[in-house]
Amino acid sequence: MTSTNREKSVVVIELQGGNDALNTVIPYNNPLYYDFRNNVGIPEGEVLHLDGEVGFNPNLTPIKPLWDQGNIAVINGIGYPNPNRSHFRSRDVWYTCESEKIGAEGWLGAAIRDLDARGENVLTGVNFGRGLPRAMVCKGVPVASVANLETYGLMPDIQDEKSRQYALEAFSRIYGPTETKDIVAQVLSETGSNALKGADRLRSAPGLYSSSVEYADTPISQSLRNMAQVMSAGLGTRIYYTMHGSFDTHSNELPAHAKLWTDVSTAIADFTSDLEEHGLADDTLILVFSEFGRRIKDNGTGTDHGSGGAAFVIGGGVNGGLYGEYPSLRPEDHSEGDLHFTNDFRSTYATILNRWLELDPVPIVHGDYEQFGFL
Amino acid sequence: MANRDVELIGHLMRRAGFGATREQLGAYVAQGYEATVESLLDQTAEQRMGDDLIRRFHPELSGMMGTLGSGENWLYRMATTTTPLREKVALFWHGIFATGYPKVIHGKALSDQVRMFRHKGMASFRDLLVELSQDPAMIIWLDNQDNHKDAVNENFGRELLELFSMGVGNYTEQDVQECARAFTGWTLGNREYMELRSMRDSDWPYGRIAWHFEFQEDDHDFGEKEFLGQRGPFNGDDIVDIICQQEATARFISRHMYSFFVADEPPVPEWPYTEPQDPAAIDLLVQAYFDSGYDITAMLRALFNSDFFKDEAVWYRKVKSPVELVAGVLRLTGEFDRPRKEILDRYQQSIFMGQFLNNPPSVEGWHQGTDWIDTGSLVERINFASQQLGDATKPGVGAMVERIAHTPSVSPEMLVDACLDQVGAIQVSEDTRRELVDFASVVGSPDDAGHGRIAEVLQMVASTHEFQRA
Repeated sequence: MTSTNREKSVVVIELQGGNDALNTVIPYNNPLYYDFRNNVGIPEGEVLHLDGEVGFNPNLTPIKPLWDQGNIAVINGIGYPNPNRSHFRSRDVWYTCESEKIGAEGWLGAAIRDLDARGENVLTGVNFGRGLPRAMVCKGVPVASVANLETYGLMPDIQDEKSRQYALEAFSRIYGPTETKDIVAQVLSETGSNALKGADRLRSAPGLYSSSVEYADTPISQSLRNMAQVMSAGLGTRIYYTMHGSFDTHSNELPAHAKLWTDVSTAIADFTSDLEEHGLADDTLILVFSEFGRRIKDNGTGTDHGSGGAAFVIGGGVNGGLYGEYPSLRPEDHSEGDLHFTNDFRSTYATILNRWLELDPVPIVHGDYEQFGFL
Repeated sequence: MANRDVELIGHLMRRAGFGATREQLGAYVAQGYEATVESLLDQTAEQRMGDDLIRRFHPELSGMMGTLGSGENWLYRMATTTTPLREKVALFWHGIFATGYPKVIHGKALSDQVRMFRHKGMASFRDLLVELSQDPAMIIWLDNQDNHKDAVNENFGRELLELFSMGVGNYTEQDVQECARAFTGWTLGNREYMELRSMRDSDWPYGRIAWHFEFQEDDHDFGEKEFLGQRGPFNGDDIVDIICQQEATARFISRHMYSFFVADEPPVPEWPYTEPQDPAAIDLLVQAYFDSGYDITAMLRALFNSDFFKDEAVWYRKVKSPVELVAGVLRLTGEFDRPRKEILDRYQQSIFMGQFLNNPPSVEGWHQGTDWIDTGSLVERINFASQQLGDATKPGVGAMVERIAHTPSVSPEMLVDACLDQVGAIQVSEDTRRELVDFASVVGSPDDAGHGRIAEVLQMVASTHEFQRA
């Protein structure tokens, strides 16, 4: 296996639950914003101005310097036609790039398959957290999922070396290639043998890592720290995934949203410093997305499920700036009370797949979508 | 040795409970299959570790202030109860009516909701939905305290239709709005007190008091509503009545029941596009639903006594959920013959495997089936099950080892078969059995008929596919 740590990688951070785009990239110059967000709005004086029209929520302060350095592309109005306001359906749309029917293949799973066509590296895609998002699921594509990097491995409790060796050998045969048509058995076998292959290598990563960056003690910071460890170990991982939430702020939005974004933007800022320290900043791209934005008019203390949202693409190789048209707030332009999307999320995916990972995006996003200039 | 009667009861106990020891299986076989089903459905004979005893060792489980208490308490029940179906059904409803700590921030309210599932979860589906609509944790979870006559919050109204009863495609956006209107004024009675308490929070020895439901007439929209083709000044319970009359509701709940107790169906979002794998089974459950006036016990009786449930083709078709796996292991190890602080670690294992009780990933609950399995979670599952079952200091494991040591199992084949029998009369594939036999023939010294080798084989049995499946 070649040393692949100079290859470009993608980190995906999913803001789970529907991030309120209007209160993230705030159109503070538009009086309609304050009309609709009478209760759940951010005062103009607190907004971090970007271009005279829109600005960041003040809790994005930790990543404001990245914007100032031109390393953040903000994609406003991102969404898809006939928006679905169910969390799960909408997540599935984003995961599988199928907005009309149920997709079976996650877009990142498909990207991992194309990046590692011969399936040589079981660590091409690594998820950090509990459970695997469907975005990374693609039949026959191994993806590692790690809750805690420090304790990763199989049957570590067997003290006797020889017994552990026998047990691992038996395990590798029980979970070896199988002729069965039983789907559950196939999944178990494949997963078991991939776990075995990946475990020892992943477990070595923390030992190879040192950094002056001190991450916060939050789940998102710890996940990003684990990513930095795997990256600096040079295991050939190209796709990293984690999620944070819940952004489902139907009520008490202001304090809840503030905490969520403080945690996320602090984690991203520390992570990018860490990448800088390890010389990885120009080879790493971070995509931050959420399954939908929220209703334009607040409901008193929170906001209900909406459509058009905002995504961020962050990294040393990114042409920073505002992309996508900011959706109109005029009532006649609403989509059933929600922001009307102005650009398809598959354009952003296609840009990343094509210009960053150098893959053919068309079969992955199921269509030829116009690409952005952020890369 | 295992025979088909034992294995069938083993299947029943894995599905209607959390598995059983070999001795328990023997007792059930003596009783007969249908009598066992009846005893599982009968909730009056419950014996388990009592809360009074648990709280003596775990004062933190009285108030359940933190995120873990409600789940730990529940795991005690799953691991020790004599009426496991009651806990299994509570787990079933918890997966559908998934309510979580991050928003409710009150472990006792969540624990109370699970207690409600124990009491109402095998009764009438109508009563269950009404109770659910009045459940304080659910009210907070889906913001119904913010659903006012003059400012409708549709969150509960939508999920009641989409996730809790009918499924997408069977109602219109207008039905959602009308449904939400009918539940205006269904709120909490002591909200201001609770807000004050949480601002001045202190560690009360017995925690906070719980919220309670209150119907606020002056905040309820008594106006005319049109819902699913019916018209009237509907209140919430009228809406539930109409929901329960729907064929879509019967089908949705039956499909959930099939998926949970018989064989995994695809994730719920695919249901509108994918036929059930066994439509006749769903028809039978739908029939039981209507014939019995929405009685869940009647549906479960029909299910467990059906041919499609007993069919060997569905045995081991399900992947155990993490909590099922952990509870099943604890029932075998017998570790919790009395309260022990280790419950916290055991409970956290299920979290590492991807299932945090009272903290589902979303209002949709957990994705089931092979979605439980990824490299991270599989590593956790294997490590936990094999470590626990290989530890002969645990009373249940020690007893299994003794019994195996006393049977004449001189050959590796006999040793493997005895171990498979002891962990609940499980069947494994021929390939797996061959590997286990090979393993049994190399571990331990050749003349070691002793306990260490048996424990090592038990450990290996716990890491097989079949042990991960139900």
